[in-house]
Amino acid sequence: MLRVDIEKQLGEFSLTASFASEGRVIGLFGASGAGKSSLINMIAGLLRPDRGTIVIDGETVDDTAASIHVPTWRRRIGYVFQDARLFPHLNVAQNLDYGRRMNGLASDPAQHKRIIDLLDIGALQGRRPGKLSGGERQRVALGRALLSRPRLLLLDEPLGALDEGRKLEILPYLVRLRDEANVPMVYVSHDVAELRQLATQIVMLKQGRVTSFGGVKVLT
Amino acid sequence: MSEISSAEWTAILLSLRVAVIATLVATPFGIALAWLLARRDFWGKSVLDALVHLPLVLPPVVTGYLLLLTFGRRGLVGGFLADTLGIVFAFRWTGAALACGLMSFPLLVRPMRLSIEAIDRRLEQAAETLGAAPWKVFFTVTLPLALPGVLAGMVLGFAKAIGEFGATITFVSNIPGETQTISSAIYSLIQTPDGDAAAGRLVIVSIVLALGALIAAEWFARRATARLHGN
Repeated sequence: MLRVDIEKQLGEFSLTASFASEGRVIGLFGASGAGKSSLINMIAGLLRPDRGTIVIDGETVDDTAASIHVPTWRRRIGYVFQDARLFPHLNVAQNLDYGRRMNGLASDPAQHKRIIDLLDIGALQGRRPGKLSGGERQRVALGRALLSRPRLLLLDEPLGALDEGRKLEILPYLVRLRDEANVPMVYVSHDVAELRQLATQIVMLKQGRVTSFGGVKVLT
Repeated sequence: MSEISSAEWTAILLSLRVAVIATLVATPFGIALAWLLARRDFWGKSVLDALVHLPLVLPPVVTGYLLLLTFGRRGLVGGFLADTLGIVFAFRWTGAALACGLMSFPLLVRPMRLSIEAIDRRLEQAAETLGAAPWKVFFTVTLPLALPGVLAGMVLGFAKAIGEFGATITFVSNIPGETQTISSAIYSLIQTPDGDAAAGRLVIVSIVLALGALIAAEWFARRATARLHGN
């Protein structure tokens, strides 16, 4: 599903990571500053590796030796950021439909309904992002990413900006997503409990190096 | 004060036509330049920035004279345009529009640039991850979010264009019905005996137009803030 073998120098910080995974949810675990966000941004194509390859679903999206760098917008990924980044000039329904429109996909009412029900966001459709709570915003962001029909969903600390109560509100949705949405995910977090519940495989990062790789057991 | 005469109406309508055309033609260039200055780093950027602002600090008579040298019938560009496309600027209202567009350009670009700079680039990144090509990102995220700033720039540019005097009179002279705008009409009237009443009426028209434009620009700026907060 995902194969990463990259090196990147970011100022004083050097990042080296190599792993291959078929897991449904790959958890990228590490303290802040360990290189998790840089790594996920490279998978998204927002950052370019100095050396190495990235392969998503059999397609090489980065290969420095062959000068391959597929731009973000052609990678067919979904990305949920810590700050939802909903478009403030569009209402919820328009935000949700954005990815489909940009990719020129035919509308699929059944899938649309399934995702909206899964995330419980049907009642929010006419609202503006400014009128949503943090948890609602993050659910809409999840829906928006999924509705662009990505082959890989990237989540960068999607619960990081929420308080404990809100986290518990969103976590069940993420579990349902993993079990029902059928899209592989890369989930970045520094929270052991979160990853125990969600991840099927763990990549542990420490100061820019992969220190362990394996099942959820490596978190203990 | 008596009513506005038909000669005065001619000047007012000509001013409006010149300013509207100048603003509409300058706007796409203004947006492109604002985006370039706000979002791109390139060699010579500070020179380009200075060039855009040049009409603001250069004596208008110098700008008008340079226009005459370049776009006059014997000018390098003017001669070429007249021979190939039949477009003539010298001593025509189109020349007045060119002079006004150039003189108002710095004021038109500035709010556009500021509003593009104020847009969170992470929103543009999010659009990219959703499959939007860069030009689609521009038209679906950047431009709609910058729209109040774009409109504010157009309003300010229009207000400046309608009042332009120095470069216009130097470049296209002061021909009633062809190049005599409100400003040049006032200039002629105050040099004429008994012209005071007519000049006074045009002065009032100028003040009303300028105030209206400033209020409109302020309103658009407030709309921009509300829009960026997603309300």
